[in-house]
Amino acid sequence: MSAPKKLDLPAVRALLEKAHGRDYWRSLEDLAETDAFQDLMHREFPRYASEWEDGEGRRNFIKLMGASLALAGLSACTRQPTEYINPYVRQPEELVPGRPLFFATAMPLGASSTGLLVESHEGRPTKIEGNPDHPSLGACDVYAQASVLGLYDPDRSQALAEEGEIRSWSAFLETIRQAVEAQKAKQGAGLRILTETVTSPTMADQIKGMLAAFPAARWHQWEPAMAHSAAAGARLALGQPVNTIYDLRGADVIVSLDADFLASGPGSLRYARQFASRRRVRDSQTGMNRLYVVEPMPTPTGTKADHRLPLRAADVEQFAWSLAAAVGADTGGRKGIPNAAFDKWIGAIARDLQRHRGASLVIAGEQQSPAVHALAHSMNALLGNVGKTVVYTESVEANPVDQVASIYDLVKDMDAGAVDLLLILGGNPVYDAPVELGFRDRLKKATLRVHLSLHEDETSELCHWHLPMTHYLETWSDCRAHDGTVTIMQPLIAPLYAGKSVHEVLTMLTEQPERPGYDIVKSYWSRQHTGADFEAWWRKVVHDGIMPDTALPAKTVALRQGWAASLPQPASRQGLEIIFRPDPAVFDGRFANNGWLQEFPRPITQITWDNAAFMSPATAHEKGVVTSDLVELEYRGYKMRAPVSIQPGHADGCVTVHLGYGRTRAGHVGTRIGFNAYGMRTSNALWQDFGLKATKVGSGYLLVSIQDYHALDTRRHIIEKAAIEEYRRNPNVIQESAEAPPRELTLYPGFPYDKYAWGMAIDLTACTGCGACVVACQAENNIAVVGKQEVHHGRHMHWLRVDSYYHGDIENPEIYNQPVPCMQCENAPCELVCPVQATNHSSEGLNDMIYNRCVGTRYCSNNCPYKVRRFNFFLYSDWNTPSLKLQRNPDVTVRSRGVMEKCTYCVQRINRAKIDAEKEDRKVRDGEIQTACQATCPAEAIIFGNINDPNSRVARMKAEKTNYGLLADLNTRPRTTYLAALRNPNPEIEA
Amino acid sequence: MAQIFHRSTNTFSRITIYGAVFVLGFLTWAFATLDRSGYETRQSEPREQPVPFSHAHHVADCGIDCRYCHTSVETSNTANIPPTKTCMNCHSELYRTSPTLEPVRASYRTGESISWTRVHDLPDFVYFNHSIHVNKGVGCESCHGRVDKMPLMWQENSLQMEWCLDCHRHPEQHVRPREAVFTMGYQPKEDQETLGRRLVQEYKIQDVRALTSCSTCHR
Repeated sequence: MSAPKKLDLPAVRALLEKAHGRDYWRSLEDLAETDAFQDLMHREFPRYASEWEDGEGRRNFIKLMGASLALAGLSACTRQPTEYINPYVRQPEELVPGRPLFFATAMPLGASSTGLLVESHEGRPTKIEGNPDHPSLGACDVYAQASVLGLYDPDRSQALAEEGEIRSWSAFLETIRQAVEAQKAKQGAGLRILTETVTSPTMADQIKGMLAAFPAARWHQWEPAMAHSAAAGARLALGQPVNTIYDLRGADVIVSLDADFLASGPGSLRYARQFASRRRVRDSQTGMNRLYVVEPMPTPTGTKADHRLPLRAADVEQFAWSLAAAVGADTGGRKGIPNAAFDKWIGAIARDLQRHRGASLVIAGEQQSPAVHALAHSMNALLGNVGKTVVYTESVEANPVDQVASIYDLVKDMDAGAVDLLLILGGNPVYDAPVELGFRDRLKKATLRVHLSLHEDETSELCHWHLPMTHYLETWSDCRAHDGTVTIMQPLIAPLYAGKSVHEVLTMLTEQPERPGYDIVKSYWSRQHTGADFEAWWRKVVHDGIMPDTALPAKTVALRQGWAASLPQPASRQGLEIIFRPDPAVFDGRFANNGWLQEFPRPITQITWDNAAFMSPATAHEKGVVTSDLVELEYRGYKMRAPVSIQPGHADGCVTVHLGYGRTRAGHVGTRIGFNAYGMRTSNALWQDFGLKATKVGSGYLLVSIQDYHALDTRRHIIEKAAIEEYRRNPNVIQESAEAPPRELTLYPGFPYDKYAWGMAIDLTACTGCGACVVACQAENNIAVVGKQEVHHGRHMHWLRVDSYYHGDIENPEIYNQPVPCMQCENAPCELVCPVQATNHSSEGLNDMIYNRCVGTRYCSNNCPYKVRRFNFFLYSDWNTPSLKLQRNPDVTVRSRGVMEKCTYCVQRINRAKIDAEKEDRKVRDGEIQTACQATCPAEAIIFGNINDPNSRVARMKAEKTNYGLLADLNTRPRTTYLAALRNPNPEIEA
Repeated sequence: MAQIFHRSTNTFSRITIYGAVFVLGFLTWAFATLDRSGYETRQSEPREQPVPFSHAHHVADCGIDCRYCHTSVETSNTANIPPTKTCMNCHSELYRTSPTLEPVRASYRTGESISWTRVHDLPDFVYFNHSIHVNKGVGCESCHGRVDKMPLMWQENSLQMEWCLDCHRHPEQHVRPREAVFTMGYQPKEDQETLGRRLVQEYKIQDVRALTSCSTCHR
């Protein structure tokens, strides 16, 4: 037997050079053809998925199986237990039991918000959908989708605590009144309020009112994952802080300077839709925008790039200088340090930008330096984009301050003993403040410390009083979208626990200490919208989820002449760079206790339940490490142990770490997993800096990435792709390479589909791989969370996965995203092998899955070429925790142990729409049914509908020449098909 | 070599072999019968309720339409158990002091629901929708029986899958004109088979393949 093949970087490179037949690959392991990967590819589930590992022997297992079989037979004879029905006493007027209602609200996050329509079943919010009228255009991100689980999180703090002892609100009120009275004499000189970024007009008004009463009090803001340097960049180039809004509908050429504008940051949902709308190739419409991305770590935006260049974060600034100089922008004669990696690109990109004056766009990344932001402003001004693809407004923040300076001042005051009463309203500064400030120790110098938060976290632990906060779905409040549009947030449910909102806590400091949140918010707006029609206006605003005409007006700003003069000449920096980025799933750490987000495979890396030190293959080779080795990162004397993950397409010479992990008091889900990158993050290098040392200190860390699980053979036609030029020359290019066998090539008779034939088309050109569909599917279909160990065993339950594929070399591959739900094959291999008829073909072409019939043979998943079936190896659904029961979708069965499950195109939504249509004696309208994944998709990449209707959107998409079926050569005739990924490369660069 | 067993034991072995078949057959029959029995399905078992609500009285004597209480039967999957308020519409005037109705008044006073015993309990993996059945001409009576003759509610039919499928496979044998859906004691004016076929056409009732697709009821 030959020795097992292991990953060896030079060997991988050599393989890649030789492998002409390999069009794309899934991972380095795939390229190296390691035994482990081959094994994963050939099996339905990983080898150890079906092994029982907890020490019980096989004999015991068989004994237990025998016993449980016998008991299963017996249990069929038990009578159903008596159930009770508790109807309303007084039924709310609009509520029809069994029919969900939708209420508009918004989820605030940082300096933006996502407009939502929340599905409510008899008063229980169960599912988040986007509000199409809101600037977020009806799409949702993973955070919004998962936030409904956050509401029902059993670890949320449920009671007030004074140094760990449970107290009542009246006891707190007494304490706080005394403290406030004491401050009156000193005009509030000892009073400090620390908040996160505030966009809520009501909250800002409350704080300002309080500052008027206590002129010497101070309001500080700190939020770790904000665009801290964007304001500095605007001040540099434009002389004032501004809010920059993009309009991608008019942008033909886009340059992203380390900006993940399609998947993170304010407005990204809107941008993703606008971007996709300029990229959709349909029939004769073959115009496409062009995107250039320079970034260190591959992001969803990077996967969409027509040209992507991995650069260290510091080199992005050099790139920006060079590009600005080449475009002819005012750089004060400065140029970037020449760099062989990008010099050949600069001229081509500059010419492309210049050819598209007024229709181009340069976007600076939120985490990039002020200079990059200033350069982007400067280029946009020169290219005539301002007012067209770029709009400037006032900041959406109520009080835009330099948050670093703000928290620094607070720490200084605490250190000086000047803080008598510190109110921390939201946030978790003990965990996420810059490390060198020593917030943890200095906090203790504040005399009375109060912390309002959803969880009893690291900060609560060090405060005298912990106050439970209401979740945003329990709160009357308001917030602004990225363009300033106000949403009145209405609660979907009364507070589950003893929580109060930030408004209700702030009012405790005033003369009206017990005003309900509703009164506070409404009375604020009654002062803004005076007039007799207020009540009607208010009802409409609350109902619609947006306040009309509150988008901030465009503002004319001029570029400061000679702005670059104050900056030093760009200098070359050497050494290893450390790059901090918010985690794509737990963000800055606030979502650490959300199981859906923890288990959400991060875009591209597909890592779950962890953060890692991401580095390029070359850097890893240089450091002598491979994926899942442990390195000690040392930076400015701070040390941290982190698992390595080799990321193809990562820039050389830098290491990316994600924030948000290593929580010590997050809850049962999020405590003590990953490493806390905040432990190395200082206030003058919030996002990137040099001077990192990485030393291998161990190996064998269990880093779980599902990238190679459920692998399909990458030598097959899985990703079809073409350059747009190629497609224009020959529109049949995709179909020529596809292998679709004739329809007759089967022994089985076909199924007639008289009325509806459901189908789905997924546009790979539009999909950014953000993964919102994965979490939406989880929320809609009651999909269980299994935990890291179980994911490692390949037992994760996501019905929809987003596969990543690489094409090209390992240094800078093109990256493709492919969402894979059940294909609903017309010749379904799964249906034929089920011994108990638990999976059947429906009259409309769905591969129905009947949980109550399934006995768990797993033959179906064994026979599924797409590996989309998921098996409940254990009882993963939490049947006991009361709060989690409230979250479940009542229209979908909660599955038990030993049952196979899979996507059925949200059949509960199909049935609801069909029943409604039949009652009205009509057919289901096109677009009436939106699957959960489709409804949330920011890029509108997923289209579902009736393929029997030739005018339906899905039928028209399937008629496109770019349409192809995954593994169609197997003659499974999948109902889910894909539109090929098209790119629009610049011929000057390709040449 | 001497025989271990005497010839006479052959009889025993025959009895055992044939007997086993009978025993197995009997067990299967017993299991199937038990499984379909009223003991198992709780069919025909009047159920205790916190208030002995009589459908016989309210439907037959008072002539109240089903939809007065079961408000969402035409629009939603659930027919709706009426809120206490619905009871109090009349009982704030009628039988105001009746001790039997005290739980109703108490519920209205305190805002606590009356905890009714569920009579028709489908398994949790079955998604039954009242509104589509009512709209397609399935009478209340077809599933719930002569409610107007039930002093205490009981389950008239087995509610087992074979019983559901009986109608899903042969809807023409069960549908009635829409105007007769809420009628108790309905008798077709013509041959049910002829009428049924016509109504299946007229009401565009889905074909049997659609009606018996698994996801029609299970998801």
